[in-house]
Amino acid sequence: MRVSLFVTCLADQIWPSAAVGAVQVLRRVGCSVEFDERQTCCGQPAFNTGYRTEARALAERFIEIFEASGAEAIVSPSGSCTAMVHHYEQLFEDAAWRERARRLAARTHELSAFLVDRLGVEDVGARFAGRLAWHDACHGLRDLGIKSGPRRLLQRVRGAELVELPNAEACCGFGGTFSVKHPEVSVAMLDEKIDAIERAGIDAVVSGDASCLMQIGGRLSRLGSRVRALHLADVLASTA
Amino acid sequence: MSFDGGVRAALSDVQLRGALRQATTLFGDRRQTALLSVRDWEGARERARAIKDETLRHLDHYLEQFTANAERAGARVHWARDAGEACEIIGRIAAERGARTVVKSKSMASEEIHLNAALARRGIEPIETDLGEYIIQLAGETPSHIVVPAIHKTKGQIGMLFAEKLGIAPSDDPAALTAAARRALRRSFAEADVGISGVNFAVAETGTILILENEGNARLTTSLPQTHIALMGIEKVIPRFADLEVFLQLLPRSGTGQILTAYQSLLTGAKRRPEDEGPDELHIVLLDNGRSRMLAAPVTRQSLACIRCGACLNACPVYRQIGGHAYGSVYPGPIGAILTPQLIGIERSAHLPYASSLCGACRDVCPVKIDIPAVLLHLRAQVIEQHAGKGRRLERLLFRAYAAVMARPWAYEWAMRIARALHIMPPLRAWTKWRDLRPLAPRSFREEWRAGLGGERET
Repeated sequence: MRVSLFVTCLADQIWPSAAVGAVQVLRRVGCSVEFDERQTCCGQPAFNTGYRTEARALAERFIEIFEASGAEAIVSPSGSCTAMVHHYEQLFEDAAWRERARRLAARTHELSAFLVDRLGVEDVGARFAGRLAWHDACHGLRDLGIKSGPRRLLQRVRGAELVELPNAEACCGFGGTFSVKHPEVSVAMLDEKIDAIERAGIDAVVSGDASCLMQIGGRLSRLGSRVRALHLADVLASTA
Repeated sequence: MSFDGGVRAALSDVQLRGALRQATTLFGDRRQTALLSVRDWEGARERARAIKDETLRHLDHYLEQFTANAERAGARVHWARDAGEACEIIGRIAAERGARTVVKSKSMASEEIHLNAALARRGIEPIETDLGEYIIQLAGETPSHIVVPAIHKTKGQIGMLFAEKLGIAPSDDPAALTAAARRALRRSFAEADVGISGVNFAVAETGTILILENEGNARLTTSLPQTHIALMGIEKVIPRFADLEVFLQLLPRSGTGQILTAYQSLLTGAKRRPEDEGPDELHIVLLDNGRSRMLAAPVTRQSLACIRCGACLNACPVYRQIGGHAYGSVYPGPIGAILTPQLIGIERSAHLPYASSLCGACRDVCPVKIDIPAVLLHLRAQVIEQHAGKGRRLERLLFRAYAAVMARPWAYEWAMRIARALHIMPPLRAWTKWRDLRPLAPRSFREEWRAGLGGERET
């Protein structure tokens, strides 16, 4: 299947291993992957902060770029940015744009959902030694309904043991600009997550969004924890 | 106090945070258990929302029908455009009856219009009879939760408060504290000239009002005094008596995790014959206070579907950390963050739509499926469009620059290259005070792609 990668600006610049991993995993399961270098940011930071004019301009750009691709699916290593594309329709009043947004959203998938629901693949041939726990990123979980897919993928990773965090579905406190507009609340929320992670005795916390991983990983490293924060694609790409 | 000031005060209050964590977890767990007893919870939510949507589309019609039927049954219905009018109507009725004290059962609408202060200005003493509200009133505070007003207080704090205000021996035994409150309140019930209640649902086809509670205090408030005044937001009306079936499944389970509240008082009109029990008069005050403005668009209209269960507060990870007072609004938590800006104007509450990480837990638990994050986003867009609130000049510039750069791939790439080469990190003290900031990767994905990844074939 021909797949066009929607890299997300965060993965592009800060967590490229997630995007490289996504490409490797997609190729491993038989997809051919394209990457359109005109893509930048989906506009989510502007949309979520209330800057609709700016968000709309970036949404139009995004739609035009990915409409041009003949790929059957657009796949992204981010639940949050995928959810943003699924929200595009509400940025437009114009019926034609709404229709284009709707059609594009139908082709746009988060990585784990694409692998499990679209391709029906759970074993991607990965090997990773360690105890892992999945953190449900909010937009993936609640906007896209991603819950069992990533867990099933991780359960098939050789050498890995998957454990459940008691508060796996609780927000990590990132929330985009929320993390710097209200840092004290953000970190108070985060610390409940960190407590659970430390108590779980795991080697790595795994999630599907670089944003949550920056938040969780940033606190883990500040506290000198030995637990690592990894992207799902980091783990699935690993064969060592 | 500003929102950030309130947040800091809350976060440094160890007792508050302990009480919040315990209570929100307890209510969340109870709710989870309670909804298992409904065979089709999703279906019930859908039906309830459909009833609310139908009502709100024809609200004028159902309010007129309710008014006609309530008055036919002997009630007097009053229409209040805003808080001032509602306080005036209620104050006048109480004053005309020569009331010196009024007993009140729990009503968030009365908090919204600041009724107690208005009554006090007329020399009428309002006495809260819901145990939580009574505690709050003794403490001189405001409710921090719409269902559990004293959720932020520990048993020990309440014991000290009662010892000081009621002159009882200090205790943290809930039974002893409840007994002390009951002794004090029984006297008030017997003496009060007027009883003021809220309303959970108002049935248009019968003119009936329904009040749910657990302590029996609303039953006493609405039956002992000779005059009963019920205050309700105009969104409380539902078309048919049979519609109560679904709402009675949803509300107690979502609010307190109960299958049913201990008391359900269905009141239709005032007493008709002298030998009947209950008050001589029933006055129903219909409160608009900004609600009809919300009817204009579907995205805002859905806020009026709220049945005030408080489930979104218990589920909210922000509320769980900071409690209700930090929001600085009568209605706290996620529902307050969407209601308050629409009720009092966004200029005076521009911080509220941002008091959320947009995680969506509130939407998941809402029994009438209000898409709270969507309303928050709508309100955020209004804040930016209308230049509400202060201190956004830099933010505006940054977002304009961001959009300009992101619209041009070459600008995006060069900006990131320069940042990478010069090791420029954004000066995000708000981030780095508590968290390490992950640096830019040595090589971006697009550079990896060009350097060979893009040319590789399937392995």
